[in-house]
Amino acid sequence: MAVAVSILPSQQLAVLNEAYRKAVARRRWRTLLAACAFAAVLVVAAIGAEVNLRTLYTYFGNFVGYFDRIFTLDDGHRVWSNVFEWFWGFKKWIKLLGETLLISYVGTLAGMLVAFGLNFLAAENTSPAPWVRFTVRRSLEFARTVPGIVFALIFVIAFGLGPVAGVLAIAAHSSGALGKLFAEVVENADMKPVEGVRATGASWLSCMRFAVLPQVMAGFSSYTLLRFEINVREASVMGFVGAGGIGQELVVAVRKFYYSDVSAILVMIVVTVYLIDIATGWLRGRLFGAEPRT
Amino acid sequence: MKSGEKPDPRVLRERYPHVFERPMSARVATPVVLFVALAVFVFGLVDLDFSPSRMLAGLGQLGWIGRLMLPPDPGASLPIYLQALGETLSIAVLGTTLAACVAFPVSLLAARNVIPSAIFRFPVRRLFDTIRGVDTLIWALVWINVVGLGPFAGVLAIAVSDFGALGKLFSEAMEGADRKQVEGVRAAGGNALHEIRFGLLPQVLPVIAGQVLYFIESNTRSATIIGIVGAGGIGLQLAEQIRVLEWQKVSFLILMILVAVAAIDWISGKLRFAIIGRRAIA
Repeated sequence: MAVAVSILPSQQLAVLNEAYRKAVARRRWRTLLAACAFAAVLVVAAIGAEVNLRTLYTYFGNFVGYFDRIFTLDDGHRVWSNVFEWFWGFKKWIKLLGETLLISYVGTLAGMLVAFGLNFLAAENTSPAPWVRFTVRRSLEFARTVPGIVFALIFVIAFGLGPVAGVLAIAAHSSGALGKLFAEVVENADMKPVEGVRATGASWLSCMRFAVLPQVMAGFSSYTLLRFEINVREASVMGFVGAGGIGQELVVAVRKFYYSDVSAILVMIVVTVYLIDIATGWLRGRLFGAEPRT
Repeated sequence: MKSGEKPDPRVLRERYPHVFERPMSARVATPVVLFVALAVFVFGLVDLDFSPSRMLAGLGQLGWIGRLMLPPDPGASLPIYLQALGETLSIAVLGTTLAACVAFPVSLLAARNVIPSAIFRFPVRRLFDTIRGVDTLIWALVWINVVGLGPFAGVLAIAVSDFGALGKLFSEAMEGADRKQVEGVRAAGGNALHEIRFGLLPQVLPVIAGQVLYFIESNTRSATIIGIVGAGGIGLQLAEQIRVLEWQKVSFLILMILVAVAAIDWISGKLRFAIIGRRAIA
């Protein structure tokens, strides 16, 4: 198919070309400026973080060597040549892993309950009064921004060493994170059922129960399952500060250079996280139909 | 049926059997699931040593600590804290940048539309998953063994753990890109590299930039805690002050973290908006 392409007269073309060049040049300039600014930020950051490429160069061999060593048994063979020797503490570790899972489960559920109680107060369309909304939002923000492990550090002092501190830390952080997501779900809910229920003379509580809750339940459980996945990872390090779970054992192994133990525990953590990811993915697929995973 | 007339329940029952006579399994499912969830919860509470007296004592202690935290007061160590905060921000920025630089080429291998065969895709994806399965704090512990205590270990820890997350997100962004541009470049006689450079990159670069900014933001939070295991930044100060029970300094440090995170949120929100417009990022 031949199509005649008309070419503009050269004066018009020259004007258009000039305009195009100018537009491109301006964009190039802006990109260059942004790149320079970013490079400057990087240099400042590199100085601030005491980055020393020579250190990295010297020690990078150590990094590879470290992985070489953690996959070597005391007798010099590779770990997989003698799996029983490698996982000699399997019973103890699997129990601690179970504790880790339990910590994240109880923590997630407790955090979910708190978030569930508070999110209706924080959502723009359901909050009974502006000052309530403001207070709840700010406290959720606080709980979300303070990292879980910082809560754990403080709770270990208040509640003593052990999994209780870990559970409460995870619950505190999750309630903040989930509260915000829940409130967003509620804000996206359709308000017509609420009007319908209110028209019958129902109280605020009944409005929430019969008009909003049925709409948002699916979103709530989906986010809670996602949070559980995240919390399993989080719970695996709670032991670093003495708040229960497998982390305690890992930090001891790393600090005391029990090399093959480090790899064994890491492998167990990674496998557990895998399994939990797959299981919750399957569960969400069952509950809410196949949705693309984010 | 006229309005106002009472419908006959039997007719309705016949017409909508799925509403009136749901199968037993569907009716029982919800209570059973709820019951099991609750049972595991209670078992967990018992197994993990929750007892009312312990909770009461702990809450009392927590209230006492809360009172001791007020008012927040840095004492004489404000300059040290500011420096530590700067260190934390540096760790976040550098770690994320490093991760993005390494993750980008590797994620090309994991994108289905760049390399159609699964030879690279499968192992690379599993590598990303494995790295993501290990928490940043664990990576920090490992790097401390390699390069010694200090912020540099933190940078590397953030870089490694983000490499997994960013690699996954980048490859997904690439798979979501439109094929038409790539085909156009191929039709004009471009080779595979041209296709990536002129067909794929212009589409995914804004998305990737948005994600990197978002990660810098969230890494500011992660970077505050890796100091707890000795990898530099404000977490080191925080953990130390908690251990010596200097609660006023603790609350001041937490306040500093909150303000810094809010500031970074605000800046990166603005930048993201400038780069990708109002489009939501995944």
